[in-house]
Amino acid sequence: MKNLIKRYKFFIVTVIIMSIIFLIDFNVGKKALSIVGYSFKEMLLVIPPIFVLLGLLDVWVPRETMIKYMGEGSGIKGVALAIILGSAAAGPLYGAFPIAAVFMKKGVKFSNILIFIGAWSTTKIPMFLFELSSLGTKFAITRLLIDIPGIIIIAYILLRFVTKEEINELYKNAENL
Amino acid sequence: MDIFTASLWGITGAAFIAALVKDKQKTFNSIKMARGMMKNMIGEIVGILFLIGLILTFIPPEVIKNILGESNLFISTVISALVGSITLIPAFVAFPLVGSFVDAGASIVPAVAFLTTLTMVGIVTFPLEKQEFGLKFAAIRNALSFVFALIIALTMGVIM
Repeated sequence: MKNLIKRYKFFIVTVIIMSIIFLIDFNVGKKALSIVGYSFKEMLLVIPPIFVLLGLLDVWVPRETMIKYMGEGSGIKGVALAIILGSAAAGPLYGAFPIAAVFMKKGVKFSNILIFIGAWSTTKIPMFLFELSSLGTKFAITRLLIDIPGIIIIAYILLRFVTKEEINELYKNAENL
Repeated sequence: MDIFTASLWGITGAAFIAALVKDKQKTFNSIKMARGMMKNMIGEIVGILFLIGLILTFIPPEVIKNILGESNLFISTVISALVGSITLIPAFVAFPLVGSFVDAGASIVPAVAFLTTLTMVGIVTFPLEKQEFGLKFAAIRNALSFVFALIIALTMGVIM
């Protein structure tokens, strides 16, 4: 019971806030809930396949293969793969975190994981298409060209802030998935 | 369902069937692993969805439009970046919103700042990021991304 509360405490808190808003102003609560409904649908569309793919990746793809393509010494190939995988993905940023965890378990280099998260957050192809149509080709392409070096620079600066021990700790936690 | 989500399901389905044909037991193990991971995260994810609903109720698109159009460029850029950090709006709402605004002749610097932090910085998804990567990492990544969003916005302003 105590574990259950601990695990779902964030969820429980948001539900309580939502209930209070309903009590104060029913219409505002209804509006909030309809937005939740929309995001919920978005989540149901992407989260189940992401987790099934992750499970398959974990069991079927050998660690050696992942290390070869995206691990230490994978060089520019690993960086490019991280950007492509992140950009081609569907779903909001929270979908990237479990994937990052499995990548760690599989021995993917930490900097490549950071680039993957960056690509997922900024250079996603579905988003790029929306940007093309609403803001024009020049705007979208210029932003993309600034974003790509941007996420690589962010990844390497971030790398300097995190110590070797902290990274090892993260990888060890990922082992227990 | 857009084509990317559809292909995500397609690829997942095909991979699952191929795996099932190859080795039933191994594939069932992978599903068990997927279920375990999902159980660990679903509470946080649903909590995030509720939080998104709450935030968007209090910061609706009209408010965002007002902020983007603030006459002081510096203030509007920083506030736009902040609003982008705490909201999580679907792309098909965000881009047309910003598009209509830029078309009307507004500066693109706050617009780019907003679009960039919208996806790069996640205050709402912070609990989940913290759970996967730890507090320090999540804090630094979000702070760095915020600063970079401002730099990217300024660069766009200079180039375009």
